[in-house]
Amino acid sequence: MSIRSVLIANRGEIAVRINRAAKALGLRTIQVYSAADADSLAVRLADEAVEIGPATARKSYLNIANVIEAARKTNADAVHPGYGFLAENAEFADAVVAAGMRFVGPSGDSIRLLGDKVAARREADKAGVPTVPGSDGRVSNAAEAAGIADRIGFPVMIKAAAGGGGRGIRIIQEPAEFERQFLQASAEAEAAFGDGGLYVEKVIPAARHIEVQILGDGQNFVHCYERECSLQRRRQKVWEEAPAFHLPQKVRERLCASAVDLARSVGYVGAGTVEYLYDDKTEAFYFIEVNTRIQVEHPVTEMITGIDLVQEMLKIAGGAPLSVRQEDIVISGHAIECRINAEDPFKDFQPGPGTVETLSVPEADHVRFDTMLYEGYVVPPFYDSLLGKLIVHGDTREQCLSRLSAALADLDIRGIPTTTPLHRALAADPAVAAGTIHTRFLEGWLETRFARPDSDKEVA
Amino acid sequence: MSKQEIRSPLPGVFYRKPTPDSPSFKEDGDAVAKDDVIGLVEVMKSFHEVKAGVAGKAIRFVAENEDAIMAGDIIAEVE
Repeated sequence: MSIRSVLIANRGEIAVRINRAAKALGLRTIQVYSAADADSLAVRLADEAVEIGPATARKSYLNIANVIEAARKTNADAVHPGYGFLAENAEFADAVVAAGMRFVGPSGDSIRLLGDKVAARREADKAGVPTVPGSDGRVSNAAEAAGIADRIGFPVMIKAAAGGGGRGIRIIQEPAEFERQFLQASAEAEAAFGDGGLYVEKVIPAARHIEVQILGDGQNFVHCYERECSLQRRRQKVWEEAPAFHLPQKVRERLCASAVDLARSVGYVGAGTVEYLYDDKTEAFYFIEVNTRIQVEHPVTEMITGIDLVQEMLKIAGGAPLSVRQEDIVISGHAIECRINAEDPFKDFQPGPGTVETLSVPEADHVRFDTMLYEGYVVPPFYDSLLGKLIVHGDTREQCLSRLSAALADLDIRGIPTTTPLHRALAADPAVAAGTIHTRFLEGWLETRFARPDSDKEVA
Repeated sequence: MSKQEIRSPLPGVFYRKPTPDSPSFKEDGDAVAKDDVIGLVEVMKSFHEVKAGVAGKAIRFVAENEDAIMAGDIIAEVE
């Protein structure tokens, strides 16, 4: 490899994950951190650590000049952005390259192209990837949007062209709502993303969220099969699986091939994810967007394919060709990941930063816990609530679920609230076991099926 | 003249404006009523309003926009 060191421009569990992957490849690691993260596990693991600013992310982890300066000062050969923060910021990718270093991910131009939802949809169309029926690019006013909705049928979504992560989306049930909602949505998109551009898409009811992991080195492109990520709350994934259940083999082949077609058409470099909506009834899949980074839920793919995606990203950034051929990538068994967040599921998921008093983690060959926690660690209030990810493998989905229940019973984090009880309930739920879920399932389930156990009830 | 302190009920990042491009909820010297929102605290990506809790004829901010604060830190003083 032509790189010998990597700066990790992130924090939390993914910074720990990247540190370990880089060290396994013999790379020197440099960890940047905010004033609030001096005691973090990633800082402790790294060969070198550089403070890049105060706790507020905008002044530290999102501060491009400070991150680049830290990389220069420590002679980093490459920069891994993780997920979130600057991971899909094209200017950052460009700045890393302009400073003479490798960006562990695709080029700034690829990020720009695929990050613009309208441009990405055009690119998908061009590559022959099915897209959700909707407008051909941006719509300029409510009347045009209403005309498209008439053609494709209600309900429809108005989406921000520059949006992502579920933000900037409105659902329109009937023509009369367009006039009011369109202007509001445009104003919101302008405020949130600096771009008021909107487009229209048909709502696919009871759809599942299925995504395909891709890898590319600019010449060769492979997929590592798909993940099922339909269990979501407020459009944030809560639980992910690989492979997707109830997916006919023929559909799986077409789905994964379409993701590779898209990767090839843009000359993709690095790890990426092509997201789709999947309709169980018609067996149709529709392109949603491409995420040009490693995803939170990447471990389920690693558990069923044996590929270390973060190491692969680093090797590609070092100029190596893909180390795997498509025919070598096979699915072995089933994996499930539960996101353990510092939130109280019995109190409307209220966040609860604070001190981890004790930590007890299940250990077995088929269990993996990716985390930044240690006993005595103080979880700061300034960043997202993800504490760790419990990932379990089984020969079958059934075995995986039963192993997951056992692992969740043995996961014990004291001192702060966590979402572990939610996952225990989901792992035991018949609908989850039957796989009759979709992207709106969890929110309904939380209202009707999830209740605080009586013994835990607070005295009013 | 007596001064009263407004303390943050939560740890997180303090914002004086509802969105980056909006004007501040209150400027130094503004009068405040008990139920007036004077800022937001972001805790793990969820936003919570901070109300004055006291009435007064002039507010003076101690915490700056985007400051990291802990629960109990003084955000502002009211005369």
